[in-house]
Amino acid sequence: MIVAERKPLAEIIEMVQDCKKILVLACRGCVTVCSAGGEREAEILASLIRLGLKKAGKNAEVFDASLVRQCDKEYIDAIDQFKGQYDAIVSTACGVGVNFIANLRPEDNVFPALNTTFFGGSAEQGIWSEQCAGCGDCVLHFTGGLCPVARCAKSLMNGPCGGSVDGRCEIHPEVDCVWQMIYDRMGNLQRQEELTASAPMRDWSTSRHGGPRKQVREDLTV
Amino acid sequence: MSFTPDIRLFSCHYTSQQSCADEGRELQQLNFPENVKMTRVVCTGKIEETTLLKAFEEGADGVYVVGCPADGCHNVKGSQRAAKRVEAVRSSLGELGVEQDRAKMFFLPRGLHPEFVGAAREMNELVTELGPSPFG
Repeated sequence: MIVAERKPLAEIIEMVQDCKKILVLACRGCVTVCSAGGEREAEILASLIRLGLKKAGKNAEVFDASLVRQCDKEYIDAIDQFKGQYDAIVSTACGVGVNFIANLRPEDNVFPALNTTFFGGSAEQGIWSEQCAGCGDCVLHFTGGLCPVARCAKSLMNGPCGGSVDGRCEIHPEVDCVWQMIYDRMGNLQRQEELTASAPMRDWSTSRHGGPRKQVREDLTV
Repeated sequence: MSFTPDIRLFSCHYTSQQSCADEGRELQQLNFPENVKMTRVVCTGKIEETTLLKAFEEGADGVYVVGCPADGCHNVKGSQRAAKRVEAVRSSLGELGVEQDRAKMFFLPRGLHPEFVGAAREMNELVTELGPSPFG
């Protein structure tokens, strides 16, 4: 899922300091799972914005609501129910939700409440870790299912780099060296020999290097 | 200028059980501060961050939670959860440039203990010293 975390309050309050009527709009998708921007967090944020603006001597009404998802036309269209009622929408969705609202509402202010951080998973309650870089050309079948693009500090395609110590990354000693993990896992699978072959030259155009990406599924379009 | 703070207490049903016996008359006799308004909850683990923030929105100068000892909660981890939420509120108060001690968590055993009254007095003194809430 997409993992995110709330921006510092001062940053959010500065965005809306001149607004009189504000909607904090939650997304019930990924950001609910990572406890950054679901209904509960939107309610908390609305309260904190009210308190922050009040402390600054500003008079504003702050409401909260939620949509099932903010990254899907089918659900984001429900935003029409709020049309013309607010000076600003503070979206607690990931950056995709903020973009979707901006696409739909050329004349409305929309502000991000979150910093969208990475594609990750919940390792244990309250802890998320990056697992995928969304680079568009998976090499997971060569690496035993562990991603060197997302999980190696240097995104090496042929590792390890030689800097790891006791199986830990030299950049962040608390992080396991993913290439050590790949090596060990491939050994367990009796596939270690495969790692002696050099990975082919990678085409990064499927990653950020090729500009905004788009995917079309003709079988699903109507 | 004298200032009597508006203090809201959210207390675990069990922790405050005996303190509230006899319609609170015992508490009165022990000089429990009158300006501390108590709300009893089934378990402090039930308290949401918004419950505490709403109290500030409604004019509280200080808010505190009294729950079971962290390792002796009637509902196992209720007071530990409450403490996390109080901590989140304290952190947000810090972000808003407000004294974090306006929100506090206390862990107390059940029964009528002087500590229950002591916590109220501690909050009362602390918040009186801090002065009126900047959200007023």
